[in-house]
Amino acid sequence: MRRYILQRLWQGVILLILVTTIVFFLGRLTGNPADLMLPEDATEEDRQALIETLGLDAPIHEQFIIFISNAVRGDLGDSHRYRTPVVEIFFSRLPNTLMIVPAAMILAILMAVPLGILSALRRGGLIDKFSGTIAVLGIATPNFWLGMVLIYVFSVQLGWLPSARMGGFEHYVLPTITLGTFLVAGFMRLIRSSMLDILDSEFVKLARIKGMSETTVVWKHCLRNALIPVLTLWGVFMGGLVTGAIVTETVFAWPGIGRLTYEAVIFRDYPLLQAVILMDALLILLINLMVDILYAYIDPRIRLAE
Amino acid sequence: MRNLPWIPLTIISVMLFMGIFAPFLTSYSPIDQSLPDKLLPPFWEEGGSIKHLFGTDIFGRDVLTRLYHGARVSLIVTALALLVGGGVGLVIGIVSGYVGGRLDSLLMRIVDAALAFPTILFALLLAVTMGQGLRTIVIAISLLLWARFARVVRGEVLAVKERDYVALAKVHGCSPARIMATHILPNVLNTFMVLLTLHVGVVIVAEASLSFLGAGIPPPTPSWGLMVAEGRGKISSAWWLSLIPGVAITLVVLAFNLFGDWLRDRLDPKLRQL
Repeated sequence: MRRYILQRLWQGVILLILVTTIVFFLGRLTGNPADLMLPEDATEEDRQALIETLGLDAPIHEQFIIFISNAVRGDLGDSHRYRTPVVEIFFSRLPNTLMIVPAAMILAILMAVPLGILSALRRGGLIDKFSGTIAVLGIATPNFWLGMVLIYVFSVQLGWLPSARMGGFEHYVLPTITLGTFLVAGFMRLIRSSMLDILDSEFVKLARIKGMSETTVVWKHCLRNALIPVLTLWGVFMGGLVTGAIVTETVFAWPGIGRLTYEAVIFRDYPLLQAVILMDALLILLINLMVDILYAYIDPRIRLAE
Repeated sequence: MRNLPWIPLTIISVMLFMGIFAPFLTSYSPIDQSLPDKLLPPFWEEGGSIKHLFGTDIFGRDVLTRLYHGARVSLIVTALALLVGGGVGLVIGIVSGYVGGRLDSLLMRIVDAALAFPTILFALLLAVTMGQGLRTIVIAISLLLWARFARVVRGEVLAVKERDYVALAKVHGCSPARIMATHILPNVLNTFMVLLTLHVGVVIVAEASLSFLGAGIPPPTPSWGLMVAEGRGKISSAWWLSLIPGVAITLVVLAFNLFGDWLRDRLDPKLRQL
């Protein structure tokens, strides 16, 4: 178990180094990064001053060391647009994202788990067809467009819910649904297919022969095993979740990290974008590590393997 | 013939037709502004006319015309991204699977890392550093694709390379490069074709999302994602600006996914787990 966690931790560190290197070199790909770091109205003196502070006149490997040592100390530079340290901006926006992401995930799980199980139990039945249709539509509908349709129906036409920005409970409804729907289709399909595999397995047959009730078979024997592939594919969902958060927050003008990423792109705020990417990478690695540990806890084959 | 997925195929053909013949289907320009005609609604709404079937946008440009030209952008991006990303994935998958050993575990580690990291962040970074444009978006989407292709192709190669004819080719003294090109490649092409079809939808959504986020093909060139983004501020007064291109994206992606599912069931049912 310890070896497994250490191995995962090590992989995470390598990935983080890779991301940092890519971010660093991409910034230097197109000439002097000072031009990316400076606002458009900067003077030539500003430019020279920045080149010196960042050590951009030094050889590239020295620059890399400066970049890394600054980054480790939490200094990723100042945003052009806000003129404050990017790391501060990131942490001031983080809580807003952490309010809708878990809500969306809970919504996705509440919908996907029962629908996935029921459609596997009654394969080809009405629920299976219904959830199959939802999954196919959910995968084909771009998340940003779904958000706008929801705004059009519930804010513009019906006037029931607000269309943008943060506020009371009603402000959470549409962003949560938009982001949640993004996850439902994938979760549901995965739970269905792994339930189908497990319902077919020997130990489920044995449990049934022993005369266990269907409820015990489904909930105790099947579901736990069916959740393993969901965790295995967690990384893929994570990618989807980040994309989903960027798009959803942009549509609903939600002041979280996703919206911050969008602003960094739109305003060509390179230090901000760089920081958002590095911090996102760190956050994702931490979450993935937690999921890996949870995975080991759920699946004894991993926990006990040496 | 009766089992062909007719509805998806029809939608796909319409899109191809729109994209290829865009300039001949309409007398309007997708780019030139015509401010007196701005924000006309679609023909079925009050104030709309048959001259602009789907209405006009804030600059008075015909929405239908921009849809035609947007289809063209989607097609070009899709073709190039699948060619580059799929091609790289195919080559890496074959080499990794056939050569095996350390190279294989190294390449698969990189694939795992690429799959675990949200590629959209790199795509946005590329757009800012390299500037928006066709080249940037093709590279960005290829980064998203190659790992998925490599993973699946490698799995196929592992099965194919155990076959007798591969062993026979080795005994005959074929070089590894020749075995990969003439014995392995043809046998993974079915899988590759299915993967290509199943990823058309992924690419179209990715392109639309990047355009929506201001990191796609730069305006005024019409792209469906960009059209949705441009209509965002006008959702309460001019819903057609963003909702119509969104319908186009959804229909086309749906059609390609259904067609891909059908093709997979025909050519390579093993891939159903994807």
